[in-house]
Amino acid sequence: MIDSLNQKQKLLDFDYGAGGIETTMRSRALNDDLHTETMVVSIGPSHPATHGTVRIVAELSGEKIIDADIEVGYLHRGFEKMCETVNYNQVMPYTDRLNYVSPLINNFGWCLTIEKLFGVEVPKRCQYIRVIMSEISRITDHLTCLGASAMELGAMTVMLYMMEAREYLWELIEEVTGARLTVSYGRVGGLNGDLTPDFAEKTREAFKKVRRLVADSDKLLSRNRIFMDRMCDVGKISREKAIAYSLSGPVLRSTGVAYDVRKAYPYSSYQDFEFIVPVGSKGDNYDRFLVRMIEIEESIKIVEQALTNLPDGPISLSDPRIVIEDKREVYGSIDGMINHFELVIRGPEPPIGSTYFQVEGGNGELGFYVVSDGSGKPYRAFVRAPAFIHMGAFREMILGHSLSDIIPTFGMINMIGGECDR
Amino acid sequence: MTDPFLSLLLSKNLVLLSAFIDNGDLVLRVDRKNFKNLMRTLRIDPELDFSYFVYVTAVDWLDARQNRFELVYELMNVSAFRRLRIFVELPEDQPEIESCVDLWLGANFMEREVWDMFGIKFIGHPDLRRILMYPEFVGHPLRKDYPVQGKQPRIKLRYPEVRNTAVDMKRPPLVKINRQSRNRES
Repeated sequence: MIDSLNQKQKLLDFDYGAGGIETTMRSRALNDDLHTETMVVSIGPSHPATHGTVRIVAELSGEKIIDADIEVGYLHRGFEKMCETVNYNQVMPYTDRLNYVSPLINNFGWCLTIEKLFGVEVPKRCQYIRVIMSEISRITDHLTCLGASAMELGAMTVMLYMMEAREYLWELIEEVTGARLTVSYGRVGGLNGDLTPDFAEKTREAFKKVRRLVADSDKLLSRNRIFMDRMCDVGKISREKAIAYSLSGPVLRSTGVAYDVRKAYPYSSYQDFEFIVPVGSKGDNYDRFLVRMIEIEESIKIVEQALTNLPDGPISLSDPRIVIEDKREVYGSIDGMINHFELVIRGPEPPIGSTYFQVEGGNGELGFYVVSDGSGKPYRAFVRAPAFIHMGAFREMILGHSLSDIIPTFGMINMIGGECDR
Repeated sequence: MTDPFLSLLLSKNLVLLSAFIDNGDLVLRVDRKNFKNLMRTLRIDPELDFSYFVYVTAVDWLDARQNRFELVYELMNVSAFRRLRIFVELPEDQPEIESCVDLWLGANFMEREVWDMFGIKFIGHPDLRRILMYPEFVGHPLRKDYPVQGKQPRIKLRYPEVRNTAVDMKRPPLVKINRQSRNRES
């Protein structure tokens, strides 16, 4: 008798399917009428149905998730440590790789933080261009999120439509920045370059196609019975819980909290534009989907307004402490040469102090906390990555749902590995 | 003291080291003893109502300051979008502070990250494991005395008796290639 009990205990202590990595999860006997046991299933870190390297160790009773352990960090590259070794402008390529679906927002978030440390404001034209590029990035981010999630639920056509739309937008980004993904377009105190002459024309053309594709996708998905069955009332989180878990972006807005950094703390002239912040009511995956769909349209509107009212003027500050001067100055005058040399070798040197600045990223509040010790390199750089914080609430969202509900919930959180694990 | 919110805050009988406005942001400094009381008041008091925990991080000052570690908290009031930053300093020999998970659920992952990266213990945290690094990692990578190119010891395979299941399944190959017949055809 004791032997069989011991054997059973051994079975219970065995880490089923968890691959031998230390977790707090063990399968356990459920003392219900059927005398069943739970099963521990490890999903990820590289699973075909999740786009992102995260490991979900789920404890199942039948198909129902009764406990889960979320393990992140598989894509940890030491972003914050690397930032401490390079100067402020050299951090820009690293920020590209944070949320690699909307790298421009990360660029500008970093620039705005350092500009806040300096206590300077960039020219109006630069602010408008930043808005334009950020909003185009936000559309690509939402398109990727929705397309990939739809594909995971079986809607391959929508995925292809949305990738096509994203391609038109990435062509715009490529035209201005020279790269599709690793753009490094922002500079502390300005931008890498101006918009191309026929950018406005091309953007309007692209938006026509994007609008058509998004409308097609909308028709395919929004009232689709299969899609709604998978999305409605799944991954629900209450308004209070969402705030307690520090959620932000579309995930928070789907619960009915109208917190958008662009409205709450306007930066880069966002107060000049008219747009609405869509909010949901139920806080489930379907609301998150709808919020993102509406935000695509709102972002398009913002870009159109910005292109119509785009002011003339310089795209960078004319402050030799921060921005590299015109090449004519560099080669023509000794001051320009010295400034150029100092900026390249030592980097911009903000005053001693620390600050935090937040922008609205594709998935929520993206913020940088930077400590300056007066040298050209940040003493400490911290990223408030929305995806990481959202993963903290993921357990709460999937508990009580079935195993298959992990997929749409994970898709709608839109966890981006580069940003989550830094 | 011109800021009306700052005077409201100071009327709450909080024990602070200092309160000032830094670059447009309201900043409080508090010592470790009174930290939890301050956080509880900020969370629970209906007039303050800081229900949103924006982030927590730490700064390692090494020898530059008397207390080596500095924790940075940021809170937000969701109805008025008011923000507050709180600094707490911790000595090197006892890097411990009370956890805020009982006040804000979102603090769970963020405090785990600070523990992982800086080795600051959060007393009362329900599940203080490493989060970005693996369990066998030695040291805390964001401390200033951790080298940028620090090498980690190689770790043993965790459970060598657990074989790769894909190998154990001994599936027959999907397509049997008969090389001889193939050669004959060509």
